[in-house]
Amino acid sequence: MQSRGRIRSWLGALAVLGSIAHGAAAAEISGAGATFPYPVYAKWAEAYKAKTGVSMNYQSIGSGGGIKQINAKTVDFGASDMPLKPEDLDKSGLIQWPMIMGGVVPVVNLQGIAPGELQLDGPTLADIYLGKLAKWNDPAIAKLNPGVKLPNLAIAPIYRSDGSGTTFIYTNYLAKVSPEWKDKVGNDTSVEWPVGIGGKGNEGVAALSSRTAGAIGYVEYAYALQNKLIYAKLKNREGSIVAPDSKAFQAAAANADWAKAPGFYLLLTDQPGKDSWPITGASFILMHKKQEKPEAAKQVLDFFAWAFQNGNKMAEALDYVPLPENVVKLVEASWSANIKNPDNKPIWTAR
Amino acid sequence: MTLYARRRAINLAYLALSWAATGVGLAVLFLILWTLLRNGIPALSPELFTTVTPPPGSRGGLANAIYGSVVMTAVATLVGTPIGILTGTYLAEYGRESWLAPVVRFVNDILLSAPSIIIGLFVYELMVVRMGHFSAWAGSVALAIIVIPVVVRTTENMMLLVPASLREAAIALGAPRWKVVVDVIYRAALQGMLTGVMLAIARIAGETAPLLFTALNNQFWSTDMNAPMANLPYVIFQFALSPYADWQVLAWGGAMVITFTILALNILARILTSGSDRNP
Amino acid sequence: MDGALTLRTGRRLGRQRLQDAAFRATTRLFAAGVLVLLGGIIVALAVEAVPAFSTYGWGFLVSDAWNPVKKNFGALPAIYGTLVTSAIAMVIGIPLAFGIAVFLTELCPPPLRRPIGVLIELLAAVPSIIYGIWGLFVLAPFLQLTVQPLLVSTLGELPVIGALFAGPPLGLGVLTAGIILGFMVLPFIASVMRDIFLTVPPMLRESAYGVGATTAEVVRHVVLPFTRVGVVGAIMLGLGRALGETMAVTFVIGNTHRIKPSLLAPGTTISATLANEFTEAVGDLYTSSLFALGFILFAITFIVLAAAKLMLIRLQQRAAT
Repeated sequence: MQSRGRIRSWLGALAVLGSIAHGAAAAEISGAGATFPYPVYAKWAEAYKAKTGVSMNYQSIGSGGGIKQINAKTVDFGASDMPLKPEDLDKSGLIQWPMIMGGVVPVVNLQGIAPGELQLDGPTLADIYLGKLAKWNDPAIAKLNPGVKLPNLAIAPIYRSDGSGTTFIYTNYLAKVSPEWKDKVGNDTSVEWPVGIGGKGNEGVAALSSRTAGAIGYVEYAYALQNKLIYAKLKNREGSIVAPDSKAFQAAAANADWAKAPGFYLLLTDQPGKDSWPITGASFILMHKKQEKPEAAKQVLDFFAWAFQNGNKMAEALDYVPLPENVVKLVEASWSANIKNPDNKPIWTAR
Repeated sequence: MTLYARRRAINLAYLALSWAATGVGLAVLFLILWTLLRNGIPALSPELFTTVTPPPGSRGGLANAIYGSVVMTAVATLVGTPIGILTGTYLAEYGRESWLAPVVRFVNDILLSAPSIIIGLFVYELMVVRMGHFSAWAGSVALAIIVIPVVVRTTENMMLLVPASLREAAIALGAPRWKVVVDVIYRAALQGMLTGVMLAIARIAGETAPLLFTALNNQFWSTDMNAPMANLPYVIFQFALSPYADWQVLAWGGAMVITFTILALNILARILTSGSDRNP
Repeated sequence: MDGALTLRTGRRLGRQRLQDAAFRATTRLFAAGVLVLLGGIIVALAVEAVPAFSTYGWGFLVSDAWNPVKKNFGALPAIYGTLVTSAIAMVIGIPLAFGIAVFLTELCPPPLRRPIGVLIELLAAVPSIIYGIWGLFVLAPFLQLTVQPLLVSTLGELPVIGALFAGPPLGLGVLTAGIILGFMVLPFIASVMRDIFLTVPPMLRESAYGVGATTAEVVRHVVLPFTRVGVVGAIMLGLGRALGETMAVTFVIGNTHRIKPSLLAPGTTISATLANEFTEAVGDLYTSSLFALGFILFAITFIVLAAAKLMLIRLQQRAAT
């Protein structure tokens, strides 16, 4: 009968389901968080699995998500583009360390201007995004670009509509170079922008910029490079004009004083050094100090140690910037000092 | 103008607008399909279905994401459809008997418009936090919660529209009420209920937000329902918005797979049930 | 009848009554279960939203601030964007869906009915993120170059409604988001309407044709009154999709927490705000404000639904007299 046949097919479906549910469970460690380093973590995970068979599953649900999940202990480690302050770390019992670096690059859409031809500096960028500079041929911009013909065109600032580490780094820089920005807008993964329109993701910002004459936006370095966007050079703290490339990012990191930063809380924007790119940033990993699952924690640390040692070339191929060697040593020392198993013994020992 | 001429003119206007509306609908469809095909065909290859999602720069496919989406969509449909049909049945058959029906109907309609991310968060609190990890079960539950209101609404609608004469004839023949519903009403309303189920499947096949905090995603091949599982919409979301050309091609390929699989499913379902809706 | 037959009939009737009672109890159980589940979601949302409401009070609804740094949040731009984009989506979607449903049931040659119906349903199968990407890369530039300048120069010059079409043509904005939403809800409303129109007994329609009615008159005076409740249900389905759609809207709406009278200006909706900011929101007040936005969306749906039901009751009363 009709109904009996239907019941039989539901039961059959449930039986199939049951067999699916008993699928193979792989040796897996998991992490979640920042979107910025996702491609390079995925690359490392693939190579690591080929080498050791351990699946390291990282998903980019956003820095806020990463912090939430590591606090809820639903993942083995969290990742955040925005470092947590030492007080917050202590409150949650977490340790953080920088893993990989990159930069944020201003991109423009001006006819006749080639990539790298336009030169700006921090205060001017802040004024543009505050809405104080209305046209491209404003004297403030012309002063930085002698010999370049700037059109009489309205400036259209573009920003990231979704909360992101890129916005955090960018607004951090603007807050450092412009007291008015710091006062009016501030520094966070998501802010109240005085002017402009918001695009979703790097893709959205790039799309909006390329279609709006006179637009200026900011994207991750990898993005600007892969899509051959028209980037602008910046005048850094020392007064020299630098182009965004991995040398400039590493200069910013090398000149930073990590040893004096408790909890590695250090923002790489506006760093000293004549080659330093002013809008550099690092992405951080978060783990609990007291580990209830020491085997999983050891696997996580083994993975990151392997990445520090073998992952640099892969990172650079994807336009990311590896940490300098001295910082790596500091990080690994902090693992031994802080991450303990239930018997209060360190899980990680340096080779 | 004579009355006749005016009626004819109005009729002509109506008909023209109907044709135009269909034309617009089909034009939009073809525009979108054209974009899908143009960008997605380069991704079509056996590799798409046999290798797992790669990091940028490596060769790969969408096998784990396709598997995950198929499994989670299937579980969600198998769980959500019976619940939705039975609830819709209660609303249609016993709706006038108590206060329960109007309240369920109202709440159901409110949930129809729930942003899917909220449903995902609810299941996160309910299952993921309690279980201590992400899982494909949680993802399936979140999708099932999206299926239920759609199926309830369409089931109730279609059952109420079955002509009273059919119902009365069955009762006159001495059939018990449950048999009237199961053998007569369901069969009469089948095409409409099927539309509801198909619309629900089409909706959950393309949803990212509810899976974000439940099934998460998985870079590797996994058939474990108790662990994070890859799914197509999230992979498409991630890859399409990345700067890497090989990832973008895969994203479009994935979008094509979703769209045409639903199309095939729809056609199959219509063919399988086409005999049962002949009007007397 | 002999005694054995009466006994058998009696037993069968008793068994059937038991089956009926079991059937009713089962469906009732599931309905109650669904209520608990769905109600639970609303309650959970309300609980999470309490910190935001207790901090800002009713001012939350009318404030247009959105400052994550200074922790000052207001819901008005999101509410405004949600209402406007959904209204545009309904204005575009309902007539188109209605036209398609009429076409499929009255005008289309029978062999083409199933194929075209399947094609329309295919619009529902396109993932919402593809709608967003298509909107961003195909529709928005098109609107920016053709339709929007036209609107600005013609309707934008008129006295009162001119303010609705002011501003530089960006391609993105509230209008574009409304159009995309309209296309997304179109298959839902059209397919369900078509199924509903098909339930009209052929005898009714044929009698109307027999009396000399035109197709338009048959639809208006026979089909629509018969299917009124179902049509409203189909529209509710579409409205639900329009109010809750996240991905497609965030790509094309411009994401600004500001209210501008012009439809060509960027804005935001509740769902788009949630999709954009939830994953990165750190801090209890921020996440609570986002949950509060979600709760407000439920409240908006509640109000719209109640209004629709009242309208339906009034229509039925008028038809009965």
